[in-house]
Amino acid sequence: MIRLERRPQPSRLWSYLTPVIAVIVTMIAGGLLFAALGKNPVEAIRTIFWNPLFGEFAFYYRPQLLVKAAPLVLIAIGLSLGFRAGIWNIGAEGQYIVGALCGAGVGLAFHPTESVLIFPLMVIAGGLGGWAWAMIPGLLKVRFGTNEILVSLMLVYVAEQLLASMALGLMKNPEGHGFPGSRNLSDYASATSWIDQDIGLHWGMAAAFIAVILAYVLLNRHILGFNIRLSGEAPRAAKFSGVAPARLILFCLGTSGALAGLAGMFEVAGPSGQVSIDFNVGYGFTAIIVAFLGRLHPVGILLAGLLMALTYIGGEMAQSNLGLPAAAIQVFQGMLLFFLLALDVLTHFRIRLSARRTA
Amino acid sequence: MDLSAINPVLLIASLMVAATPLLLASVGELVVERSGVLNLGVEGMMITGAICGFAISVETGSPFTGFLAAMGGGALLSLLFAFLTQFALANQVASGLALTLFGLGLSALMGQGYVGIKPPATPRLDIPLLSDIPVLGRILFSHDLVLYFGIALTAVVWVLLKYTRVGLILRAVGENHDAAHALGFSVVGVRVVAIMFGGACAGLGGAYISLIRVPQWTEGMTAGIGWIALALVVFASWKPWRVLLGAYLFGGISVLQLNLQAAGIAIPVEYLAMSPYIVTILVLVSLSADKSRAPASLGRIFHASQ
Repeated sequence: MIRLERRPQPSRLWSYLTPVIAVIVTMIAGGLLFAALGKNPVEAIRTIFWNPLFGEFAFYYRPQLLVKAAPLVLIAIGLSLGFRAGIWNIGAEGQYIVGALCGAGVGLAFHPTESVLIFPLMVIAGGLGGWAWAMIPGLLKVRFGTNEILVSLMLVYVAEQLLASMALGLMKNPEGHGFPGSRNLSDYASATSWIDQDIGLHWGMAAAFIAVILAYVLLNRHILGFNIRLSGEAPRAAKFSGVAPARLILFCLGTSGALAGLAGMFEVAGPSGQVSIDFNVGYGFTAIIVAFLGRLHPVGILLAGLLMALTYIGGEMAQSNLGLPAAAIQVFQGMLLFFLLALDVLTHFRIRLSARRTA
Repeated sequence: MDLSAINPVLLIASLMVAATPLLLASVGELVVERSGVLNLGVEGMMITGAICGFAISVETGSPFTGFLAAMGGGALLSLLFAFLTQFALANQVASGLALTLFGLGLSALMGQGYVGIKPPATPRLDIPLLSDIPVLGRILFSHDLVLYFGIALTAVVWVLLKYTRVGLILRAVGENHDAAHALGFSVVGVRVVAIMFGGACAGLGGAYISLIRVPQWTEGMTAGIGWIALALVVFASWKPWRVLLGAYLFGGISVLQLNLQAAGIAIPVEYLAMSPYIVTILVLVSLSADKSRAPASLGRIFHASQ
C-alpha cells in the first residue's frame, strides 16, 4: 500500500526537480496528445521546443522569445508575491487590459506631439491603471472581507467589455476608415515602447529584468518580503509577530496589479501596437502557470517565462508547419500545471510502500 | 427606445432558461463545498460539458444522450481535480485554476469541428392542459425537461443535506474532517464522490448553454458563468434554496440586460454586458461580512497521519 509521510522540512532537492520532471512528463503526455491528433509526436515536440532556438530560422525566433516572455515574467513576478502570502489575484488579465488602456489613452491624447516626456507619462499611467484595477478587490477584501479570487476574476470580464467599448468608441482611430481599433502606437515615435524594433527589443523586457531583481531583493533582503513569506508559510506566527494583514493584502494586490498594468502598457505601445478588441491574448492567465512553474521564485519565474514563451512561439510554428491546432498548445500549457501540482507532493511528502497494517 | 417591445411573459420564461445553467453548476458546487472542498474549476468543467454534450448530441442526434455525455465529461474532468487535491494533496485554489485553464483549452481543441453547426433541438415539454393556461402556462409549464430537473435537483440536495444520514456525513466531513475521520468515515471517499457530483452538475449546466440556451458552439462560450456560480454559493450562504433564488436573480439580470440591448436603450451595449459581473461583485460585497455559514474545513487539506 502506498502511504504518504510528511517531511519535517520541504525537500529542497525535490522543489528544484519537480518543475523539470513536470516539463519532461508534459512533453511525453503532449507527444501522446499530438499523436492522437494524427501528428508525428517527435516532429511536433521538436518543432515546439527545438526549432525556435536552434532551427534554421532561429535568428528570427530568438528575439520573439523575449517579446513573449517579457509580459509573462512581469505579470508572474507580481502574482508570485501574492501567491506566497496566500492572496490570490487571478484577475491579472483585467489589470493588464486596464493598464494598456490607461497607457494608450495618455499616448493617444498627446498625438501627434513629439516629446521625451510622453513615454514616461504612459508608463506611469499604465502602472497606475493596473494598480487601481487591482485595488478594487484589494479594498473590498480589506474592508468587507470579500473573496479576492472572485472579484478580481469578475473584473476581467468587465475590463474586456471596457476594452471593446474603447476600441470601438473613444480610442478609435479617426483616420481608420471606420475600422475598429486605435491609432498604431508603434508608429508614433514618442509613444512606442520599442527600443529597436529590428532587433526586437522593447522597454517591457528591461522592466521585466528589473522586476526580477527587485523581487529577489524584496523577498530575501527586506522585512516586507520576509513578512510576505511568513504570512504564507505560518499565518499564526505572522499574526503574533505583528504583521498587518490589511497592508500586506493591499501591497500584494497593488504590486501585482501595477506590474500587470505595466505589461499591458508595454505590449499595447509595442508588439501589439494598438488598442483593439482582441488585444488581450490570455497572458494574465498563462502567467499563473509561469508563477507556479517558477516555484514563486523570481529567478525561477524568469526561466519559466522563457519556457512558456517558447511554447507560444513553437506552438505558432507547429500551427503553420504541421497544422497543429492552436488549442493544442493551450491544453499543453494546462497539462504542465497539472503535472507540476501533482508532482509537488514529492516536495512535501515521502512516499512509503508498506503492507496494510491492521489495528 | 421601445420598452413595450419587451414581453414580460417571455421575459420570465427566458429568465428561467438563463438561470438553469447557473443553478445546476451552483448546486453541484454547493455539495462540493459542503464536503469541505473548494473547487475553482467550475468554469472549466462547464465548458467541457458544453462541448461534450454538443458533440455527442450532434453525432447521435439525441440531446438526451448529449446531456448524459456532458455529465460524464464534467465528472471525468473533476476526477483530475480530485486526484490532485485528495491524493497528491495539492493546493485547492491552484488545482481549481489548473482545471479551468485545462478545461478551456481542451474544449477549444475538442470543439474545432463543431463551430457553426446547429445541434438537434431539445423538445419542449408542453405539459397538456397546464401549459394552455394563459400567462402562467407559458411561464411555468412549457419548458424543457432539464430545467425542471434543475429545480428538482435543488430540492433533492436540500432534503439530502438536511434530513438524511448521507447528508449528515457529508456535512460532518466538511465541518471537521479530523473528527469525521476519527468516527471512521472515509473523508477522501466522501469528498471524491462530492467532487464528481459537482463535476457532473457543472457539465450538465454547460451542455444546457450549448444545447438549449444559445444553441451553438463557440470557444469560451460559458463566459464566466462558472465563476458566477461560485459566487452564488457564497451568496446563498451554502443553502440550496437560496441558490435557487440567487440563480433566478442572476438569470433575470442577464436576460433583462439582453432585452434592454435589443430594445435599443441609450446605454452602450458594452456597459450593459458588464452588468452581470458588476452585480456579482456588489452581491459578494453585501454578503461577505457574514462568513459564519461557510463549512469550517473549506479549502483545508486533509492528511490522515497515522
